[in-house]
Amino acid sequence: MNKKQKGKITTALFVIPSLFIFINVVIIPFVMGIVYSFTNWDGFAFKGSKFVGFKNYAAAFGDQKFIDAFKLTTQYTLVMIILVNIVGLSLALLVTSKIKNKNFFRGVYFLPNLIGGLILGFIWKFIFTKFFEQFGVITHTEKIFFNWLDEPTAAFWALVIVGVWQMAGYVMVIYIASIESISEEVMEAASIDGANSWTKFKRITLPLIAPAFTISLFVTLSNSFKQYDTNLSLTNGGPFGSTELVTMNIFSTAFSYNKYAQAQAKSIIFFLVIMIITVIQIYITKKREVDM
Amino acid sequence: MKAKFKASTILIILGFMTAALTLFPMYIMVVNSFKSRAQIFTDTIGLPKSLDFSFYITAIEKMKFLKAISNSLFVTIISIVLIIVFSSMSSWAIVRSSSKLADFILYTFIVTMLVPFQSVMIPLMQYMSGWEIKAINFSMIDTFYGLIFMYIGFGSSLSIFLYHGFIKSVPRSLEEAAMIDGCNKFQVFWRIVFPSLKPITVTVAILNVIWIWNDYLLPSLVLRSPGLRTIPLSTFYFFGEFTIQWNLAMAGLVLTIIPIIIFYLFSQKYIIKGVMAGAVK
Repeated sequence: MNKKQKGKITTALFVIPSLFIFINVVIIPFVMGIVYSFTNWDGFAFKGSKFVGFKNYAAAFGDQKFIDAFKLTTQYTLVMIILVNIVGLSLALLVTSKIKNKNFFRGVYFLPNLIGGLILGFIWKFIFTKFFEQFGVITHTEKIFFNWLDEPTAAFWALVIVGVWQMAGYVMVIYIASIESISEEVMEAASIDGANSWTKFKRITLPLIAPAFTISLFVTLSNSFKQYDTNLSLTNGGPFGSTELVTMNIFSTAFSYNKYAQAQAKSIIFFLVIMIITVIQIYITKKREVDM
Repeated sequence: MKAKFKASTILIILGFMTAALTLFPMYIMVVNSFKSRAQIFTDTIGLPKSLDFSFYITAIEKMKFLKAISNSLFVTIISIVLIIVFSSMSSWAIVRSSSKLADFILYTFIVTMLVPFQSVMIPLMQYMSGWEIKAINFSMIDTFYGLIFMYIGFGSSLSIFLYHGFIKSVPRSLEEAAMIDGCNKFQVFWRIVFPSLKPITVTVAILNVIWIWNDYLLPSLVLRSPGLRTIPLSTFYFFGEFTIQWNLAMAGLVLTIIPIIIFYLFSQKYIIKGVMAGAVK
């Protein structure tokens, strides 16, 4: 065996473990999923399933609950993108300003992000039900503070609040990295030229953190779109199925209603939407960065 | 000077207020884990009348907390170690081989980061349940090695992406010198390359720890025996059973958060740095 061949074999040995597992865990099931979504597979043996064309896709689009879940997820994602980025950026500006205890604040603001969505949802469930109800009665503000999880609109905002509480810290970290890379000299020069804090923020900080903006948008978008854990533990889709997000709809289609092929078709639609949004978003933000 | 002093005071006050707001849910959770049912009924916000640890003792028993925590530790640690070993090795081989096939493999890993878990979960379970050898009790479903195998599969995309970006900036000269000195590729990798990847290894480890430790969905599909439940699973079943007993439920939640807080206190610096590095890539 010559040296070159030997080198190739060792390279292969280095790559094979990851590649083998990855192909079996992600690639094969993904391809299977696409195939299954065009059949009448019932969740058991695939043998005997028939090809049914786009029937599952038609059924998915005909399912009002799925359409509603998609609309709600879109609303949720839009609200989340705006709020998470505003809160995250504000926190980042706060902890990069000249204040004491910076690291303490950073640590605290980031903390919720380390706790899983499932557990966060449970903690907040107590707050939105028991604590809110009691607080409303005691302070005579029952109009604002009541059991939020009993009312569809309030339950939606409860999901948003928990989501912002969880994700803002993460986005903050992204903005901090970007703000700290702005050189002190630029800021000082601007001060000498007579720029006030607001002008400096608008003219220097904002344009320079544009890349961080791209990343944060992407992170918030994909995390909000895929939200499941908090949805499950906080509202479990309720009241009356009014807060069911797409992932939960896919899950219940498969595991509660046993419509596996239809659930798979829904999940492929879900994937396509995520892919399209991501590609568009990366395209737009990259273009804007260059223009600036 | 006076105006400046004022501005920074306002910022500090703002900082503390936001911190208080962030920690408020944790406060509510902790105080209510000690309260009697009667006190929760009238007063959820005040301090408990006495430090009654009985709910904690009951929660530890009912959740099988010690079992759940050792299950979670086992799954998380083994998965992380294997993810680090496998993905650092493949990234290095991919970067150094610079063939078209290697590029193709790399892009496949990266592009599939877009695929949401929900799009593969149903066929994955179907496919994995076929990997069964009854004679030797081998099964991917309801076993830790099956779960770990799937974690490696889902974790390798991001990890390879991060390692790849880092290895590209590591100079080849040392590796080449070692090759000339007669080291084989494995020795070169483990003695020279891997130690120099430490910063990115820390990032990969932290991002995967946060994800795997908190993950609910995958274990909920793979694990069936109650004895194998990880922390998120046992919390889920426990909470479903005891939501009416809020004090007990809150004590259970406090227990699940304690390990995270301990981990955070010891490695806060690395966590924030790691997340920064991971996110910016």
